[in-house]
Amino acid sequence: MAETVLTHSGQSPARLDGWRGIAADWASDQRTFKNVSWGKAMMWIFLLSDTFIFSCFLLSYMTARMSTTVPWPNPSEVFALNIAGNHIPLILIAIMTFILISSSGTMAMAVNFGYRRDRVRTAALMLVTAAFGATFVGMQAFEWTKLIMEGVRPWGNPWGAPQFGASFFMITGFHGTHVTIGVIFLIAIARKVLRGDFDVERRGFFTSRKGYYEIVEIMGLYWHFVDLVWVFIFALFYLW
Amino acid sequence: MTNAAVHMEGQLHAPAHGAVATGAVHAKGQQHPIRLYLVVWGWLFVLSTFSYLVDYFGLQGYLRWSLILLFMVLKAGLIVAVFMHMAWERLALAYAILAPPIAVLVFVAIMVLESEYTHFLRVLFFAGPS
Repeated sequence: MAETVLTHSGQSPARLDGWRGIAADWASDQRTFKNVSWGKAMMWIFLLSDTFIFSCFLLSYMTARMSTTVPWPNPSEVFALNIAGNHIPLILIAIMTFILISSSGTMAMAVNFGYRRDRVRTAALMLVTAAFGATFVGMQAFEWTKLIMEGVRPWGNPWGAPQFGASFFMITGFHGTHVTIGVIFLIAIARKVLRGDFDVERRGFFTSRKGYYEIVEIMGLYWHFVDLVWVFIFALFYLW
Repeated sequence: MTNAAVHMEGQLHAPAHGAVATGAVHAKGQQHPIRLYLVVWGWLFVLSTFSYLVDYFGLQGYLRWSLILLFMVLKAGLIVAVFMHMAWERLALAYAILAPPIAVLVFVAIMVLESEYTHFLRVLFFAGPS
């Protein structure tokens, strides 16, 4: 039964490219995404919906910032840290950015080793990715603590426009939740990889369906998306 | 000595090549050289450093905003195209996922107009000392 949903069933040999290909794929009266499994297609569609959610958060932040007559707090100063007597602007956020990008790099390599059926390396790289993610969340917790101690609240702050706190907690909180869920997801899949579930096609506990190494790529899509969202948050909230 | 070294190298490489070859035979789905990921990873680091430096050097105004947006778009493009493999997907999927966010840009345009109007009203009717 599960065999029928195989993703890479070498279907019809030649498929059209370009606009004709789009028309042919969408009008074929069959499945539209020809060489993509349902799992991957649905992850993409979920990510698209998540894009809209984060877009709405960033849009409401933009609207609040553009329409307020009170000066917006300067993020460069708000997120500055004193390290060894030096006052460095935005340094914590920069480090968090590099950590998240590194985690994306290890994830991409995990996907690669997954398709080579290199169990140990795949799982190890996924666990490294999870460790980076956990570090990121830890630094975010530090950042939240620091700001709350300094008096930032969703309804006000000592430096300017009161909407700053609401935007900050909502946007970074929602993103941090995504990272946390990603870390849990990573550890769960890494365990399955390490145990060899995808080599012996062991059936899943909840779904009773066989797993494939493609789940590592699908998991990777989610993780890269989390990194992608941070790229936008970093640019639009912290740097703007 | 040199021969021995060459031989050793051959010995060391042979199984690796073999492993890659069999891996490639079994491999399904997205398979790309590790080197590509490392290059993209490096570029993401460089671009992030650039966008941090924009703030560090305190650039202001349109230069700051355009640089921030430029680095943001380049980074996002690299992540989606290479890390998420969108560059190798069929166009039917790529357009289905990448086209709808254009609606967000329309929404941005609407909200820019709206917030400027709100700002105008606030200045007009609630004008404080500033």
